[in-house]
Amino acid sequence: MKKKKTSTLLLFFIVLVSGLLFACSNGNDNGDGSVELRFIAANHPWTEAIEPLLPEFEKETGIKVKFEKYFEDQLTQKLTTEFTAGSTSIDLFMMRPLQEGKLFNLNGWVADISSYTDDADWEYGDFTDPSVNSLKADDVLFGIPIVTEREILYYRKDIFEENNIEVPKTVEELMNVAKLLNDPANDFYGFVARGQSAAAVTQFSSFLYGFGGDFFVDGKATLDTPEAIEAFQFYGDMLREYGPPGVLNMSWPQAAGLFGQGKAAMYTDADSIYPNLTDPEKSVVGDKVGFTLFPAGPNGQTPYNVTSWGLAVNSKSENKDEAMEFIKWATSKEVVAKLQDNGVPGPRQSVWDNQQGTDTFPSELVDVINQANAIGREYDRPLVIKVNDARDIIGTVIVAAIQGEDVEAAAKAANKQFQELLDDEK
Amino acid sequence: MGMWIERHLKFIFLFPSIIFVLLMIAYPIGYTFYLSFFEWSMSSLQPPEWVFFDNFKALLFDDPRFWPAFFRTFYFTALALVFQTVLGVAIAILFNRKFRGNQLVKTLFLLPMVATPVAVGLVWLLIFEPSIGFANQFLNSLGINPQLWIASPEQALPSIALVDTWQWTPMITLITLAGLSSIPSEYYEAAAVDGANSWQNFWKVTFPLLLPTIFSAVLLRVIDAIKQFDLIYAMTRGGPGFSTETLNIYGFVNGFQYFKLGYTSAILVLFFMIVLGISSIIMILRKKTEVTL
Repeated sequence: MKKKKTSTLLLFFIVLVSGLLFACSNGNDNGDGSVELRFIAANHPWTEAIEPLLPEFEKETGIKVKFEKYFEDQLTQKLTTEFTAGSTSIDLFMMRPLQEGKLFNLNGWVADISSYTDDADWEYGDFTDPSVNSLKADDVLFGIPIVTEREILYYRKDIFEENNIEVPKTVEELMNVAKLLNDPANDFYGFVARGQSAAAVTQFSSFLYGFGGDFFVDGKATLDTPEAIEAFQFYGDMLREYGPPGVLNMSWPQAAGLFGQGKAAMYTDADSIYPNLTDPEKSVVGDKVGFTLFPAGPNGQTPYNVTSWGLAVNSKSENKDEAMEFIKWATSKEVVAKLQDNGVPGPRQSVWDNQQGTDTFPSELVDVINQANAIGREYDRPLVIKVNDARDIIGTVIVAAIQGEDVEAAAKAANKQFQELLDDEK
Repeated sequence: MGMWIERHLKFIFLFPSIIFVLLMIAYPIGYTFYLSFFEWSMSSLQPPEWVFFDNFKALLFDDPRFWPAFFRTFYFTALALVFQTVLGVAIAILFNRKFRGNQLVKTLFLLPMVATPVAVGLVWLLIFEPSIGFANQFLNSLGINPQLWIASPEQALPSIALVDTWQWTPMITLITLAGLSSIPSEYYEAAAVDGANSWQNFWKVTFPLLLPTIFSAVLLRVIDAIKQFDLIYAMTRGGPGFSTETLNIYGFVNGFQYFKLGYTSAILVLFFMIVLGISSIIMILRKKTEVTL
C-alpha cells in the first residue's frame, strides 16, 4: 500500500516535468502542413484596423496569422529580449524604424527583403521615398512602411475667426499669436506642445530644422550651434510664457487632452493623432479644429515627415516567404486604402492621390499632408543606435529651456555628452 | 526505489523550495554581481567584455546622473519615513484607546495599503493635475495659491513622498498597534502606584517598550521606500527632467531603455550594498534599544 503511494508520487512528478517540456516545444507548423505566422504587433490603430481584414488573407493564402499585441515600449523590450535569446519563433513584427531600425539592422535581427521588391502587382515604387528610406541601410531593405506621420500645427478655427487672426505661417507669427491669445487667468493658453523631456524631442525637431539646426552633422554633435540654441530657446519660451502649467510632464496624451478640452489655441504635434482631437468622445472642440502646415523658421519650412511604423521579418524566421506574403498583402494598394479609410495615414502616394483613400480625413488635413509629404525631412530624432540615451540627453536642454534656465550652458553640456555617445557608436 | 524515496521524503519535499530559492533568488543575485564586471550592451553583437571595475568607476566618477539619483533616493526615503513614522505611531496610540467605531475606523484606515501602487499613482496623478486636479481646488478653497505638484522639478519628489505617506502610514500603525498590545499592563499598574501622570506613562513606559517595534516597522519601510519604483514610474517616470529619478528608476532606464546590462548590474550591486548597509545599521540600533523583560 505504502509502495503504491510513493510510486503515484513519482508518476505525478514525471507527468509534471514532461508536461513542462512539451509546453516549451510548440512548433509553428500545424499538423496539416499549413503555416501559422507569429506576428508581434503594437497596440496601434493600424493593428485594430487590419485585424478585421485578416480572414480575407487567411482564406486567400491558407496562411494563419497569430497576433500578439504590446504597447510600444513593451514591444521594444519584448523584441529585444527574444531576439537576443536568438528566437526563431517570431516570424514578423511591427517596429519603429527611427527608434530601433538601426539597432535591429546592426544586430542582424531583421531580414533583408530587397529581393522581394520586383513584384509588379505589389508596386513597391508607389511607396513615398521618405517613407521607405528610413527602412533602408545602404542597399539593404529591412522593412516596409505602414504608418507615416508629419508634424503639423493644429489651431482653433473659431477663436482665430473671433479675434480676426491669420493662421501663422512663420514661427515669429506663431509666437505673436500665442502671446495675443494667451489668457492664463481664464485657464486658456496660447500654445501647447510636448514638454516631457525625451518625448518632446521628436516634436521639437521640426523647430530645430526650421531654425537651421540639426542633431548632428557628419558625426559631430551640433546641439550647441547658435541655430540650435535659438531653437531650444524659442521652444522653451513658447511653452514657459504661453503654455499651460505642468507642461514639463506632458507627452502627447496630456497635450492633446488639453487641446481637446478647449484650453489651448494652438498645438504642434504629429498629424496621426488628429482623431484624438476631432473625435467628439475625446474632444469638445471636434469641429473647430483647424489644420495647417508647420510654420516656417528663419531657415525655411521643414517639418519632419517620417515612417512611424514599419513591418519587418525576423532574420531567423523559418517562414520568411509566408511572412512576406502577409506584408505584401497588408501593404497592397487595396488594403492600405481600406486602412487609410479608417484614419491610419499610410505610405502610398497613389492612395493619397485617390479620393477613396482620403475620404474620411478632413480635406484641409489632406492638403496639409500632401504639402508636407513634399517638403518634409525623413527623421524626427537623431538617427543613432542608442536613440533612448540620445533623446534623454537632448531632452535636458528642452527642460532647461522651458524652466527658463541658461539654455546655452545646458546645450553645451548636452552636446558634450551627445558627442561621447556618437563617438562610442563609431 | 520506494524505500529510497521513503527514507529521503523530507528532502524531496524540501527540494522544490530549495530549487526555487537557488533559481529565482541566489542565481539572479550572483549573476548580477558577475555581470557588473562586464561591458555588455544589447546594442552590439559583441559578447560581454570583461572590464573589471570600469562600470563602477564610470558610475562613481563620470556619470552626471548617478550621484543626483543617489541623493534623491535618500531624500525621498527620509522625507517619506519621517512623516510616516511620526504619523503612524501617533495614530496607533490614538487607535489603541477604546472609542465607538474603533474597529471600523481601523479597517478603513488600512485600505490604502491594499491598493495597487500603480493604480494609486494614476489616481494621484489626477489629483495633482495643476489646472483641474483636486489638490489645487482644495488649496484654492483655503485661499492658498495653486501649486504645480509633480509638474515642478522641486515639488515632484515631495509630492510623491506625500502619496507614499498616504499609502504606507497604515503599515507603521498596524505594526505599532501590535507592539502596543504586547506591553504587559503590570507596568502601567506599577507606574500608577508610583503616581505617574499620563505624560510620564508614555515617555517612561510606552515609548521605551515600543521602540524595538518601531524600529522593526521603520526597517521594513526604509527598505521599501528606498526601492520605491511603482509609484514614481506610474506618476512621473523619473521626470520632470530627471528630478524624480531615484537609483531604482535610473537602473531601470539603463537596463530596459538603454539596454546597458553590465552598467545596470553595477548600479544594482551598489544599490544592494546600500540597502544591506542601512538595514544592518537599523538592526544594530534595534538590538541596542531592546529591553529585557
